[in-house]
Amino acid sequence: MTDVSHTERADTVWVERDALIDRIPRWLAMTILFVAVVAIWDLVTRMGWVSPIILPSPRETLDDLIFVGHNLVTGDYMLGALWTTTLTVIYGFLIAAAIGFSLGVLVGETKFGERAVMPYLVAIDTMPKIAFAPLFIAWLGFDISSKVALAAFIATFAIVVATAAGLYAASENERMLFKSMGASRFQTLIRLKLPTGLPYIFTGLKIASVGVMAGAITGEFLGGGKGFGALIRQSASQMNTPRVFALILYLSLLGLALYFTIAWAQRRFVFWNKSERQGAIG
Amino acid sequence: MTMVKTRPLSAEPVAREARPVYEIERLAKTYARNSLTALTDVNLTLRKGEFVSVIGSSGCGKSTLLKIMAGLLPPTRGRVVLEGQPVLGPRPDIGMMFQQATLLPWKTTVENIVLPIEIRSGRGAAKAAMARARDLLQLVGLGEFGNVYPGELSGGMAQRAAICRMLIADPAVLLLDEPFSALDELTRDFMNMELQRICMERQATAFLVTHSLAEAVILSDRILVMQARPGRIVEDVPIDLPRPRTLEMINTPRFGEIVAHIRNLLGREAFA
Ligand SMILES: Nc1ncnc2c1ncn2[C@@H]1O[C@H](COP(=O)(O)OP(=O)(O)OP(=O)(O)O)[C@@H](O)[C@H]1O
Ligand SMILES: [Mg+2]
Repeated sequence: MTDVSHTERADTVWVERDALIDRIPRWLAMTILFVAVVAIWDLVTRMGWVSPIILPSPRETLDDLIFVGHNLVTGDYMLGALWTTTLTVIYGFLIAAAIGFSLGVLVGETKFGERAVMPYLVAIDTMPKIAFAPLFIAWLGFDISSKVALAAFIATFAIVVATAAGLYAASENERMLFKSMGASRFQTLIRLKLPTGLPYIFTGLKIASVGVMAGAITGEFLGGGKGFGALIRQSASQMNTPRVFALILYLSLLGLALYFTIAWAQRRFVFWNKSERQGAIG
Repeated sequence: MTMVKTRPLSAEPVAREARPVYEIERLAKTYARNSLTALTDVNLTLRKGEFVSVIGSSGCGKSTLLKIMAGLLPPTRGRVVLEGQPVLGPRPDIGMMFQQATLLPWKTTVENIVLPIEIRSGRGAAKAAMARARDLLQLVGLGEFGNVYPGELSGGMAQRAAICRMLIADPAVLLLDEPFSALDELTRDFMNMELQRICMERQATAFLVTHSLAEAVILSDRILVMQARPGRIVEDVPIDLPRPRTLEMINTPRFGEIVAHIRNLLGREAFA
């Protein structure tokens, strides 16, 4: 005996469906792309479309990856080279961060910096900074310091610009609030402008991390020494292309480590800025 | 010389006899940047415990007047005196509120509320004021939200936190620049009643800039009507509704009369 008045009418429930390609989880998407690229690569080398000196087969590259990896974990000469480059990158980054931040505050906070310093910085920034490499080698010699200097030189400008932009980011309302509380200029800088500018500063640091890697390796190409860059150049001059590939892959781990360290610090210190969190590699 | 016509209404508000807190004479402001005359010959006196609103069309100089009173902007001419002292910069006995709550997102709600203390007297004093900040939060119904970051507060909640921040230093005068205009109407009514209660409890002198006629009438002892180009006060309208005011008064004939009167004064300029 069913009560007619209680007959249930169907719910209007429906699901929004993503297209198949949008539903792929990240690990699977990355694996698929990786397999596809390696397959094409393998095909190209197997068919002999490209000379093995230009493009080694995936197999040869893997062998060399294992060789270099073994060398690295057993603490052989390659580990020493990687350590040298790592130090160059860290020193270069720290120097760039210190100088870039200070100049950024000068430019962003004072009229003098904005009017006198900024135009020169822009002028230098538009030059191809790599061209300064021979100068640094001439000034500082062939050891690590000339590479550190080049790396820092290339990376500094991004941090200056980002810091200055960050200091401008505080809104008119926020400035007025601080003024109404009788905050000094220094208090406004420390308590308002710098925290507001942190997301910008971190973006500058990420850009700088890329520049520091480029500067360090360029310095090692041109100025010799004991770093990874010298190893790469050596292998390249011996036409050992698989070795070059392997070395570059390990080198990129250094860049990734630096980048993700910064990204981690950003998530830790800019915890309030949710939009910064959402990026895939943020 | 003065263009202010004071229209005497039947019942004189109590505040009339109280001692003057703010005294402003012959105030004028011309912005140097665009040589725009934002204010000319503004004369006004705020008395202890008085609630005064200023209403006028957009761009007539209300915010400029408020900023000069707060010591955030220097006047071009004229006298601005608060509690017998000329206003030469921001002062701790002035509490301010703006259209936006402007809470710092990296500080929790209580930390935001004690910020004025932190800026003026350092971290130690701010720590000591935490308990009072929590009392204030309780007062505006945000008792449980002290340790929450502002990102998790709604617009009305953030504005209530901003009220607490304004009150933490126990200011003698409150300068309010359209504090609730970003809120929906129901929240706004509620906030206005809160504001009235707070002002009456503390005997605070308040100066409110608003675009809402109803808001001005329900809250104020006097309404100053401004006109633009150049910005000046053209009428000083006493509001003789009894205190405490309630939202129901909006439906009384007297309320309607006052609103109609002011709307007339504003003419088509503001509310076309
Ligand atoms: N910093 C400034 N420099 C130059 N002119 C300004 C400045 N601030 C305001 N003005 C001008 O002064 C006049 C008054 O501005 P004010 O902000 O006081 O108006 P308002 O009455 O508060 O308007 P609203 O109701 O829209 O907030 C406007 O014409 C405005 O363009
Ligand atoms: Mg305004």
